[in-house]
Amino acid sequence: MSAPTLRVEDLSTQFFTKAGLVKAVDGVSFSVEPGEIMGLVGESGSGKSVTGYSVLGLVDEPGRVVGGRILFKGEDLAAKSPEQRRELRGSRIAAVFQDPLMTLNPVLKVETQMVEAIQAHGRVSRAEARRRCVAALGRVGIPAAEERLSAYPHQFSGGMRQRVCIAIALLNRPDLIIADEPTTALDVTIQAQILHEMRSLCSGSGTSLIWISHDLSVVAGLADQIAVMYAGRIVERGPVGELLERPAHPYTRGLIRSVPANSRRGGSLYQIPGMTPSLVGLGEGCAFRERCDRADGACLSTPPEFDVGGGRTHRCFHPYEGRHTND
Amino acid sequence: MSVFIARRLLQSIALVLVMSMLVFLGVFAIGDPINTLVHPDATEAERQAIVEHFGLDRPLYEQYGRFLANAARGDLGRSFRFDEPTLSLIAQRVPATLELAFAALLLTVLVGIPLGLYAGLHPDAASSKLILGVSAFGFSVPTFWLGLMMVMVFSVRLGWLPSSGRGATVELLGVPVSFLTWDGLKHMLLPAINLAFFKLSLIIRLARAGTQEVVMSDYVKYARAKGLRPWRIVFVHVLKNVLVPITTVLGLEFGRTIAFAVVTETIFAWPGMGKLVIDSINVLDRPVIVAYLLLIVVMFIAINLVVDILYSVLDPRVDLEAQR
Repeated sequence: MSAPTLRVEDLSTQFFTKAGLVKAVDGVSFSVEPGEIMGLVGESGSGKSVTGYSVLGLVDEPGRVVGGRILFKGEDLAAKSPEQRRELRGSRIAAVFQDPLMTLNPVLKVETQMVEAIQAHGRVSRAEARRRCVAALGRVGIPAAEERLSAYPHQFSGGMRQRVCIAIALLNRPDLIIADEPTTALDVTIQAQILHEMRSLCSGSGTSLIWISHDLSVVAGLADQIAVMYAGRIVERGPVGELLERPAHPYTRGLIRSVPANSRRGGSLYQIPGMTPSLVGLGEGCAFRERCDRADGACLSTPPEFDVGGGRTHRCFHPYEGRHTND
Repeated sequence: MSVFIARRLLQSIALVLVMSMLVFLGVFAIGDPINTLVHPDATEAERQAIVEHFGLDRPLYEQYGRFLANAARGDLGRSFRFDEPTLSLIAQRVPATLELAFAALLLTVLVGIPLGLYAGLHPDAASSKLILGVSAFGFSVPTFWLGLMMVMVFSVRLGWLPSSGRGATVELLGVPVSFLTWDGLKHMLLPAINLAFFKLSLIIRLARAGTQEVVMSDYVKYARAKGLRPWRIVFVHVLKNVLVPITTVLGLEFGRTIAFAVVTETIFAWPGMGKLVIDSINVLDRPVIVAYLLLIVVMFIAINLVVDILYSVLDPRVDLEAQR
């Protein structure tokens, strides 16, 4: 079998802030095969977006990737020059961001913003670039693409703008798309359409997709593989069906129980007790132990990544086994 | 757009009327020009003749009414001192002032925006801090002081640059200009820097603040995620957004540059409108003062209009029809 599209090994990204060291990403490993969709799930501040930015090479000061390896199609990205990484970005590794109202430049035409994405990665005539833009807009379901090209972002609705962003991501037929909460800012029906389209676009072209989301239910219907992040670490990872059916980590289990569809009608929604810990100066041990009813003395040391076979890993000394139930 | 312009023009006429009244009253309050117009040795009869010749014995409302009636026909009166139409008197001085103002504006844009952009992109660099320091100095020191200091240093001590006048001029489309001769350029440099310095400092600050804000924005991060080359991100994505507020400020500042070139023109004896008006105030040449001030009002109105239109070109989200 060929090399995975992306292989991340023991990635650490830290922010050197005035308040102290923040280990935003702390020993994260995963891999994504060609055509595979990985859901990266976690709450705000769990490090899922920073993981995405680390792969893109867009971590801003005071942050820095301090450890681990990011292998893109078998090549170590850290060994590449800034110029080589720029050439990969938007061409081989594309990105879709969270808020489509903010990601398109308000003073530039959609055409400008699409054409430049093509011309940044090769000598393409404007006419040819334009033709590809029209085709890409058509693929994501934007009607009258030819006319819409000369419009400005504010003349599009939120859902349409996100489609434009997805079209831009697809322009150079990337091997990997990193989508950071791309549907969070959209309403539910648009979200469903976009999920469906992304799925078919990826399976059609063999593009791998990392879908970052705080919403487990969104990822559950989309991904092949799920990685759950908590306080900078992937606490559990595995194929989507397995992981949802038999979560091993208490946090994953808590997340699944918090999905409203799993609650009894009229009953109050489940919530995980406690709060996400502050990442500033987070010490040793399992970061979830304060909120976990299974925690004991063992959890004071950081759990390693246990590989339990079948593509599944978790970081828990007291994992659940057997079928997940709703109670 | 046309509805917007028509409405603006109507507002402008009202504004000019109110201003003309204020200016007329104000000029009357300054003092009686008769003493400067008449030779001290003149007889009472000569004095009386001059008063009647200029209509200074008429009541204020009558003088104002006559002024308005003439102004409606495009006649803004005759200078007491030169006995020439004020408009042509001012028109002769306009090219010099405009040339100086444009030179100052050019300096402001060509130096201020790049420096501000640089300081915004590299906020921690020592050179950025130096730029900021100079700009703080720039809008702290009074224009007249800076002008005098430059004359002392560059003209008196070092003798590098001339301290007064326009230098050699050549005709361009029938208008004398200094910037096409080496001598003229040398004469223009100090006054242009003096006139530009405050604005330059302002634009540096504005460009820097705008850049810092825009650089943090999602769309710049997204532009990087698209793999755009750094120069394109800076000069297209960042600069175009930074230019939106700068255009507004520059437009208004350009009006002020022309209107308040008075100080610089006086220091460097630059033969422009500002110098004319100062000389006119000294001898209470009322018609010139009134005409000058009204022209300045009209100019501000025109500049504001142009800025609003430019604004809608730069920022597609601005809809002129929707305003007001």
